[in-house]
Amino acid sequence: MSFTKSSVLKDQATHYCPGCGHGIAHRIVAEVIEELDIREKVIATAPVGCAVLLYDYFNCDIIECAHGRSPAAATAIKRVRPENIVFTYQGDGDLAAIGMAETIHTANRGENITVIFINNAIYGMTGGQMAPTTLIGQKSTTSPAGRDANNEGPPIRICELLSSLDGVTYLERVSVSSAKDVIRAKKAVKKAFTNQIEGKGYSLVEILSMCPTDWKLSPKHSVDFVNKEMKEAFPLGVFKDLTSS
Amino acid sequence: MAEKILLKGNEVMVEAALAAGCRFFAGYPITPQNEVPEYMSYRMPESGGVFIQAESEIAAINMMFGASAAGVRCMTSSSSPGISLKQEGISYIAAGELPCVIANIQRGGPGLGNIRAAQGDYFQAVKGGGHGDYRLIVIAPGTCQEMYDLTMKAFDYADLYRNPVLILGDGILGQMAEPVERNEYVPLCEMPEKDYVLDGCKGREPRVIKTLKLESNQALIDHNIHLQAKYAKIEEELCLLEEYRTDDAEVVVTAYGIAGRIAKGAVNMARDKGLKVGLLRPMTLWPFPEAAFERLADKVRKFLVVEMSCGQYIEDVRLATKCSKVVEFLGMGGGWYPTPENILEKIEAVY
Ligand SMILES: Cc1ncc(C[n+]2csc(CCOP(=O)(O)OP(=O)(O)O)c2C)c(N)n1
Ligand code: SF4
Repeated sequence: MSFTKSSVLKDQATHYCPGCGHGIAHRIVAEVIEELDIREKVIATAPVGCAVLLYDYFNCDIIECAHGRSPAAATAIKRVRPENIVFTYQGDGDLAAIGMAETIHTANRGENITVIFINNAIYGMTGGQMAPTTLIGQKSTTSPAGRDANNEGPPIRICELLSSLDGVTYLERVSVSSAKDVIRAKKAVKKAFTNQIEGKGYSLVEILSMCPTDWKLSPKHSVDFVNKEMKEAFPLGVFKDLTSS
Repeated sequence: MAEKILLKGNEVMVEAALAAGCRFFAGYPITPQNEVPEYMSYRMPESGGVFIQAESEIAAINMMFGASAAGVRCMTSSSSPGISLKQEGISYIAAGELPCVIANIQRGGPGLGNIRAAQGDYFQAVKGGGHGDYRLIVIAPGTCQEMYDLTMKAFDYADLYRNPVLILGDGILGQMAEPVERNEYVPLCEMPEKDYVLDGCKGREPRVIKTLKLESNQALIDHNIHLQAKYAKIEEELCLLEEYRTDDAEVVVTAYGIAGRIAKGAVNMARDKGLKVGLLRPMTLWPFPEAAFERLADKVRKFLVVEMSCGQYIEDVRLATKCSKVVEFLGMGGGWYPTPENILEKIEAVY
């Protein structure tokens, strides 16, 4: 990854906490948009979550949607303007809890959009409550004793869940917890956007991401948490790829 | 003369929407408005637009948010419980000042209620329903012809004021078939340029549509001041109503939508009996036709409100007349509707 800022990102410091994965994910998406030369075609959706201020950082058309409803808005935008490149950027609460119905049905309709899914196993913006992706035993402000599968159910694996839907084209889970992972993540994001450009249908990239603040871990330990515990619960890899055959 | 069509009110609404250039519809089935998505599902593609059966009313209203931002005339419809589900999205659309048309073909409530016609969603329609200080333009047709003509206007009002417009109908209006003149769509005036549309930032600065206002403590206050000024302008400019035989009326019956139409029959029957009775039937419920009520309050003895709910519209009548005259009431919720005879009986009792 280059260290000169992509022109797709505005020249503005982000509000993300030190060690947060959102900033890295932003850079990856921005670089891909720049490399594919699609900035002037992009219409992005901002989620409700820590990335709500996406519109302050990305240099493209953006609509900030209701919590979880980006896929519905993105569906409409893409159907009305198929020549544009539409992506959603959503956290795990947004995508896998309140917006789960929209997520599944947008995927199942095979909407030709790109979904960037930031899985940080917690609700960041609201101060560290349990997410649908919170790990078993992981503490949060609403699971103070640690998530208990018998009480809260086990974490939801979105790529595995969506892989059963015939409408879906491409699903990959990546991470931003090491340099190697970032390179792999960028390849996946690029493929997800290229699929859309080529009209191939619904692509989702799940990015395992750090939230040092609400995990109450140092940035370094947060990276370790992703590499050890999250990758175990959420194995990396391609879960579906209809473009490879 | 314009071509005549014989269709159900729900279908008439679709034809009018398409004539007005609506090119995006998303909705979820619910009785008594099912004809809208069913009819749209083939008429919209024939017109070159997008039809989506959404996974829920929530998805449908958020599709409006996206479609409107993408610049197309768009519409969703539902009935009472489904409209309740849409409220968060409606608040976002109002806050984002995105034009769109929403139809509520009301049924009996509260709860799952029943599928008979009702007018129990008046408060929800005109007082908010969703969170925050916003207003919907609320239109209440009373006949299939009005359903046609006012639906076309609804799209113009939405674009003109950059505001969601609610068509408040009911199960009778949606289900009954009447011949309708397919009047040509003529825009009310020149429509403002859509300089907010997201279509990719080619050759211009990026555009953002957002409802979060965190820039300063003042930012959201300023946005509210801006919206209130817009609402005040709409209140000044927009008022549709039917006034019937009120010139010498001593008692004015007032009702909207299908109840207003039934009341008109009762007014004629009362006149035949020599009673000086008139009708005031608002076709815009917000803005509320306050001036007409004020004027009539000066000269009549009484008002009689007729509504298919336990008493919601009556509150605005009392406000508009400043309680200066007696306001009698005939109404019930849960799917009750009056016959002209019911209303005549009430007129005779209170006259
Ligand atoms: C309808 C609604 N419910 C709840 C909220 C409050 N809320 C804001 S962000 C959020 C969760 C965000 O978590 P996530 O999607 O995982 O994103 P992150 O902040 O972790 O990036 C919640 C519950 C809201 N804004 N709207
Ligand atoms: S709270 Fe977590 S997700 Fe939000 S900015 Fe801070 S580290 Fe990132």
